[in-house]
Amino acid sequence: MNLNFKNESFRDDYTFKNSPESIRRFPFPFNEDKYMYSVNMEPHVPAGPAGHAYNNAIDVDEHFVAEMRDRALVLKEDPLRYLALPHMMAAQWDTLELLMENQAASYPEHFTLEKNGDQWHWINRPMGIDQIFTFGDASTLPMEPLEYITRQAQGDFVIVDQRDGQLWCDAGMVTTQADWSLDFDIGMNFHEWHGPVPLAHEIGVFDRALKFLLNLQQGKPVRRLNWTMTINPRLDTSPENYHKWGPDRATVTPENVGNKVHLRCELQTLWRLPRSNAILFVVRCYLIKMEELVTVPKWARRFHRVLRDLPPELVDYKGLTRYRPTTVEWLAKFDDGQPSTPGIYPE
Amino acid sequence: MTINTEMKVRVAQIAQVADKVKRFRFERADGQPMPVFSGGAHVIVSMRDGKALRRNPYSLMSSPEDTVGYEISVLRVENSRGGSAFLHEKLKEGDELVLSQPVNLFAHDHRAKKHIMMAGGIGITPFIAMMDQMEREGAAFELHYAVRTRTHGAYWKELQQRYGKHRVKIYCDEEKLFIPVADVLANQPLGTHLYVCGPAGMINGVLGKARELGWPKQNLHSEEFLAPPPGKAFQVRLARANRTIDVAPHQSILEALEANGVEAPYLCRGGACGQCETGVVSCDGELEHNDHFLEPDDKASGKKIMICVSRIKGNAVTLDL
Repeated sequence: MNLNFKNESFRDDYTFKNSPESIRRFPFPFNEDKYMYSVNMEPHVPAGPAGHAYNNAIDVDEHFVAEMRDRALVLKEDPLRYLALPHMMAAQWDTLELLMENQAASYPEHFTLEKNGDQWHWINRPMGIDQIFTFGDASTLPMEPLEYITRQAQGDFVIVDQRDGQLWCDAGMVTTQADWSLDFDIGMNFHEWHGPVPLAHEIGVFDRALKFLLNLQQGKPVRRLNWTMTINPRLDTSPENYHKWGPDRATVTPENVGNKVHLRCELQTLWRLPRSNAILFVVRCYLIKMEELVTVPKWARRFHRVLRDLPPELVDYKGLTRYRPTTVEWLAKFDDGQPSTPGIYPE
Repeated sequence: MTINTEMKVRVAQIAQVADKVKRFRFERADGQPMPVFSGGAHVIVSMRDGKALRRNPYSLMSSPEDTVGYEISVLRVENSRGGSAFLHEKLKEGDELVLSQPVNLFAHDHRAKKHIMMAGGIGITPFIAMMDQMEREGAAFELHYAVRTRTHGAYWKELQQRYGKHRVKIYCDEEKLFIPVADVLANQPLGTHLYVCGPAGMINGVLGKARELGWPKQNLHSEEFLAPPPGKAFQVRLARANRTIDVAPHQSILEALEANGVEAPYLCRGGACGQCETGVVSCDGELEHNDHFLEPDDKASGKKIMICVSRIKGNAVTLDL
């Protein structure tokens, strides 16, 4: 598959947009007309119609080069978006191997990995990178292995260590986050970093999810979808930069909803890592404009209904309060009242 | 949709390595590489023994970076339920078996400043893989290995040669030498972790001593796979599937379900991981909890059972399956 990488921005002039193919491959997170938390995990196996974001275990799309450029800008301003506690080195190598192997296997036109024992040769053509290094020897890379590879892979990455029947947030690269901070959460356990989420604790979601993850098996990654909304196609909606994006939420008008309001979907995948026995948590962010979303009639109908009927606690937690009424009103024009078909894929 | 990640393997080599201990090397039938694993991991070996399908957990002892083959070592036990007898007496080089993906319930703590391992008998196997990984990662470790006699103990010579006598210490029952647990545990640097694998009595003794000496619980690790203890026959009723299945005296509930074509989740088959926890709807009899997983409250509640090792004393149990 040959991808046409786009030259676009996720800040300032916000030139990001999706091609028609990119719209159809969007991982739309609602399989029915309402939304409530659930553990909703399923095996991360190839799925969906041809071209869908679920086709490959590690997805690379037309936004790859622009997203990596945006990540580099975030890191330049704030190097603490990448953190790794010292005991996570084995997990760093595990992650590098997983990402290089998957990207090279799924996109051989764009990435190549050659192994000769510990001597590895990595080529990333879209970014013009050609690197020979010794697997397991961090001094042969220009930076730590996790930082090195996550500057060349889309999505945020958190590695959780497993100890004492708990999971601990001990390393990560986080620059495309929906209002949370790795620097704040580093070293926390599973229950601590989910502390702020409303409603879910009461229904026992986190206890069940933790138990499930502690027994996550090698070779059997799982996925779930999460979502929120973002005003302007901004990847870096971090608490540290709240002053830059928070005020945007007051700029939505009936005239600009279609271009300004985005559904932000997180494809979360979880992988048991082989050497470290840690778990890699990939949070891949996909953005879609309302005017792009409504080109798929099923999604237009369904998202209108989901947003209209969302429980107030979730409206508040996801930060949708200011612009939800305007957006629901705009979406109503695209809801023909017909029943919507099951599943997440376009008709 | 589920992923079937089981691996069909061929027995590449069988070697007698000590009295009653054989080592088995498995290589993939399709020539694909084995997954890298972490020291302390085990696999479930599925064996077709005549009509019976046996599935037992064994710790991996080969180098975690060896992607050509996996090795396990098996002690021939006197009252074998069938697994060790099959492996020792029936399995031949070239035969095919099925292995699960590696699962680690006995991982070392990567934060540790030092690792102390104590092995009893065949409990040595996970430590062989662990030490290989620790050596590669440059971690400080020492092994204290108790054997019945020098000919019963497997691998002690090789391990002493590879890591040195200062790091690998052997204690032989026959020579009246025992691991001086209290001395070893005293005066260790802060951040030392302790790992024990061997018979239940040894594990309890060592961990009890460590707790007495004030070691934090988080720094203590142990692994013991339980074989499902036998008992009297009883019936299992499946509330949702509306079926009744007989459990034989030497069968676990899980094995009885599988023999009748009922798929139930499992990972370790040794009462340790929690994967096969099943709801009890009612019990005409008394639950016999044999696992290490459920908390005492859960066991007392009578509402949960680990079907890989636990059974009932009585007529029938109704499960939420």
